[in-house]
Amino acid sequence: MASQQAVMAGISGGEARKGEAETLVEAREIGVFRSGRWLIENVSLSVRRGEILTLIGPNGAGKSTAVRALLGLLPLDHGTIIRRPGLRAGYVPQRFSIDKILPLDVKRLMTLTEAHTASEIENALDATGIGGLIDAPVDRLSGGEIQRALLARAILREPDLLVLDEPVQGVDFAGQIDMFEHIRSVRDRLSCGVLLVSHDLHLVMAETDRVVCLNGHVCCSGTPQSVSKSSEYLQLFGPRAVQALAVYHHDHDHAHGPDGGVVPLDGGSSPEQDGPADNPEAKAVAR
Amino acid sequence: MLDDFFSRALIAGIGVALIAGPLGCFIVWRRMAYFGATMSHSALLGVALAFVFDVNVMAGVFCVAAATAPALYLLERPGTLPTDTLLGILAHGTLAAGLVMLAFMSWVRIDLMGYLFGDILSVSLSDIAIIYGGGAVIAGVLIRIWRPLLAATVNAEIARAEGVHPERVRLVFMFLVAAVIAVAMKIVGILLIVSLLIIPPAAARRFGTSPEQMAIFAALIGAIAVLFGLFGSLQFDTPSGPSIVVAALAIFLLTLAPFEAPVKNNPQE
Repeated sequence: MASQQAVMAGISGGEARKGEAETLVEAREIGVFRSGRWLIENVSLSVRRGEILTLIGPNGAGKSTAVRALLGLLPLDHGTIIRRPGLRAGYVPQRFSIDKILPLDVKRLMTLTEAHTASEIENALDATGIGGLIDAPVDRLSGGEIQRALLARAILREPDLLVLDEPVQGVDFAGQIDMFEHIRSVRDRLSCGVLLVSHDLHLVMAETDRVVCLNGHVCCSGTPQSVSKSSEYLQLFGPRAVQALAVYHHDHDHAHGPDGGVVPLDGGSSPEQDGPADNPEAKAVAR
Repeated sequence: MLDDFFSRALIAGIGVALIAGPLGCFIVWRRMAYFGATMSHSALLGVALAFVFDVNVMAGVFCVAAATAPALYLLERPGTLPTDTLLGILAHGTLAAGLVMLAFMSWVRIDLMGYLFGDILSVSLSDIAIIYGGGAVIAGVLIRIWRPLLAATVNAEIARAEGVHPERVRLVFMFLVAAVIAVAMKIVGILLIVSLLIIPPAAARRFGTSPEQMAIFAALIGAIAVLFGLFGSLQFDTPSGPSIVVAALAIFLLTLAPFEAPVKNNPQE
């Protein structure tokens, strides 16, 4: 299929860039020990400029611990982290809440760590689909809206390294795909490195260059295709996950309109109206 | 006009309120109200130590109040006692220790009530100079650390990941609070200082739609409370420090009234 080839080309393009791209941050055998157990142990990974690296793993696998350690937010009990000097990071944490006593609207949230012009802020919010919420108080946003605002804020900094911990949680299904596509286009525009945390692979499959599968330690890593076929991945997520991957492959031939209806992608093959991707039950599996 | 004790009191009180409001916003946002109370209670120990070592009273208060933060940190380290218990121990332990030390120093004759509840009507011209000079320094530093401090208050992890040092700005902020306590002690007294730090921000929350707006409203509400409190104290012959706090309380209660929130006017539109 034409669009699938395009996806493949995108991945191999990422692979080609990887050869000479500089390493932004590298973890060497890092371990974090808390309350009598290793949350992560002997984890080595690196993020290079221009690549999207996805960290996947089940709940409690230490994904958030790993990215927080990588950002220098946690003291290490083993190993080292090498950051490129002067690295600019943009961070979307897994959890974000704001006290009602602190009046903060979306516009002010955008300039939390750095000043930006009004038009920059408007463009960034438009790009994540919440341009209309610029004056909304942050404490009244839904979970998905907060994620979109936080993503816009992190991108607005034009970082070298974008670290996104479950950035699409609470976002509706069509919105998730839009957000991942937006993340990829930002990567192309800024040629930044992106470290993405996800608890499942199928959604991020098409947008990621490299996958590291984590369960306390690094189980397997490589391209999404190779990881999804590896026995470790199968063991960790079970055959259902692989099935979901297959569904999502079909899914990428079309986009979804605001009503959830199927919209053919420009230049792509026409959607298979009776294919498994358009079956609501199949989508439920994919989620 | 400055020859008049009442005018001097008014000018001094408004000066303290203008700086206490914005700084107090951070105390409220960071949920540090009880910590602020502990810092101010410890001020009496600072007064006593200042007499022992024969240094300036404000300097003594500043040092002891600033030392509260590391003291709490050390006490928290074993991790067996909850923070509010430790704060209570620190607050009242230091207050009592200060009172006992002052009692031992029979050669020192001080106006204890003045330190505890304020003595704004005895404010001198040099006091006004210290309040406005110190206030300007505090305001300058606060403006400089405003963005990182706010970022660390909203989300310390985002702030740190993006190059802010939350501990560093927090430490600077603690020094600013200690400085305001030292400067404001004469106006409302050790036991009531915290009210000037937290009541105006609490009253301002309803009107502020951004952190900066809330800080400005808090400063103005504090100044209005000083104005009403002092005139009330003159009118009804009540103690000035408590009268200011009662005025602030009245304003706060008024903001709880169920009237319509002001419509946000947007000049760009």
